[in-house]
Amino acid sequence: MAVSRNLQGWLLAAPLTAVLAGFLVLPILTIFIVSFWQATEFSIIPAFSLENYQFLLTSPVTYQVFFKTFVYAALVWGLTLAIGFTVAYYLAFHIRSEATRMVLFLLCTIPFLTSNIIRMISWIPFLGRNGLANQALMSLGIVDAPVEWLLYSDFSVVLAFVHLNTLFMITPIFNTMMRIDRSLVEAARDNGASGWQILTHVIIPLSKPGIMIGTIFVLALVMGDFITVRFMSGSQSANVGRLISNDIALLQYPSASATSIVLLAVVLLIIGALMRFVNIRKEL
Amino acid sequence: MRTQGDLELVHLTKRYGDTVAVDDISHIFAPASYVCLLGPSGCGKSSTLRMIAGHETVSSGGIVLHGMEISDLPPAQRGTAMMFQNYALFPHLNVRDNVAFSLRMKGVDKATRHKKAMALLDLVDMAHLADRLPAQLSGGQQQRVALARALITEPRVLLLDEPLSALDPFLRIRMRAELKRLQRELGITFIHVTHGQDEALALADECVVMNRAVIEQAGPPREVWGAPRTEFVARFMGGHNVLDWHGARVAIRSDEVRIVASGGVAATARAVEYQGDRVALTAKIEGGEEITALVSDAAFFAQPINPGEALRLGWDEGRLHRLEA
Repeated sequence: MAVSRNLQGWLLAAPLTAVLAGFLVLPILTIFIVSFWQATEFSIIPAFSLENYQFLLTSPVTYQVFFKTFVYAALVWGLTLAIGFTVAYYLAFHIRSEATRMVLFLLCTIPFLTSNIIRMISWIPFLGRNGLANQALMSLGIVDAPVEWLLYSDFSVVLAFVHLNTLFMITPIFNTMMRIDRSLVEAARDNGASGWQILTHVIIPLSKPGIMIGTIFVLALVMGDFITVRFMSGSQSANVGRLISNDIALLQYPSASATSIVLLAVVLLIIGALMRFVNIRKEL
Repeated sequence: MRTQGDLELVHLTKRYGDTVAVDDISHIFAPASYVCLLGPSGCGKSSTLRMIAGHETVSSGGIVLHGMEISDLPPAQRGTAMMFQNYALFPHLNVRDNVAFSLRMKGVDKATRHKKAMALLDLVDMAHLADRLPAQLSGGQQQRVALARALITEPRVLLLDEPLSALDPFLRIRMRAELKRLQRELGITFIHVTHGQDEALALADECVVMNRAVIEQAGPPREVWGAPRTEFVARFMGGHNVLDWHGARVAIRSDEVRIVASGGVAATARAVEYQGDRVALTAKIEGGEEITALVSDAAFFAQPINPGEALRLGWDEGRLHRLEA
């Protein structure tokens, strides 16, 4: 009986194990193995070599590109956190009616009804040299000549990232905030806390798990992205994702794999470090 | 009688849209007394408490504490402190920091506020668990911490919103003795909202019975229980039968009703409940009203009565208590 129960458990776990093994573990393993292969312009040589890593870790381009990736990630994280926290706070604590709250929350998800490529491209006519933004600025007399840095710049890259990813910050923070017992806010007020003190001493500490989950979403999405950077910078800026995609376009799979492995390791390290600060397990 | 330290409600009213939760109540709470605000759910007792605490705005009327109008002041400046029904302890702070919270908000330095918090925790017998998080405490322990956190602000009036309702019956009786002891030691006013009349009778120096947004009756528990003014109070406080008697509504205590051999009124037994030291016999008298008689178990089992049997119930005419309409 005990054996068959044991077997039953294994059988129940088997489908998910198979899916994860086939579609997650195996591909990563393949990438890991290929990252030690060698390649020339016209051939891939399946032999063990550290050449790819050696090249990657000694090239100044790698460090520049990783640095750029971190800068994007940090800027986008800061902005999405500021916007996401504010929106979630407003929804959770200032809207009294449950129905209004749900309607407003659904409004936040409307941008997600279109594909992210289309959302990105739709910024281009808005931000371009003769776009709506420049026309408005000029007709208001704020600037005399079109502002050049609006499009195909770091500004437009960060803008698009923030536009694409803020919801991933709003949702988990909103979710955590909705679980905060309202009587805690009253208790804080009863103990003489000002509005600001309630925010910093009660609401922010209790929203930390949501902030952390949102942070992981945003960091993973921004660090792994290549298409947003390519479109919004007009191919003038590069992050790690673009480095990998360029290698793939040139059929340099071993080199792309090595970069992927390094990127994966870096992202996992960051998330691991974040998890040490906040226990999100109770939130899942 | 007015004195310096009174808490006075002056034509206090709370409206939510068209519904009136508290309707023009006026009352004076004597200083250093244990007051129970008693009533069924929705009677306005919690709204009254929350208005005194400052967590609910006053629609009209005023609240005067220690000769000062406080209804426009923020909660922390009123001289009141509130203990919440679910205790509302901050889950991310340990017991000591929970108690020291108000001092921290005032900017008191760490050593001073921790010392004061420990003194309060000593008072409620919780000093040994100062480093625990609220989630690691039992309901009774959480309540002690909530009490310490409320008392550290040195309030003149402590407001307790159904403080015992989340505890199991044994703990409830122990905690209520403790609340009473603390109130006596501290010499401040406790206003305790409850829907349990036994709790109110056990604790209160003054019972304030509320119903449908108004105060139905207020006074010492013996007076409220022994001489209910209205039918509602008689029924809510329990232990009374309410019946029509020669054209008037009257109340008679259940323990004053006797099973008699002759005289009295004819009745049919409906239910018999054994309660240990007593037996509660419910019978329907002629005319249709149900009356409960509390009879000592010895007397009852000397001549047991089964449901359905006929009997006669009698009482001392002088013990009938006339009710207001």
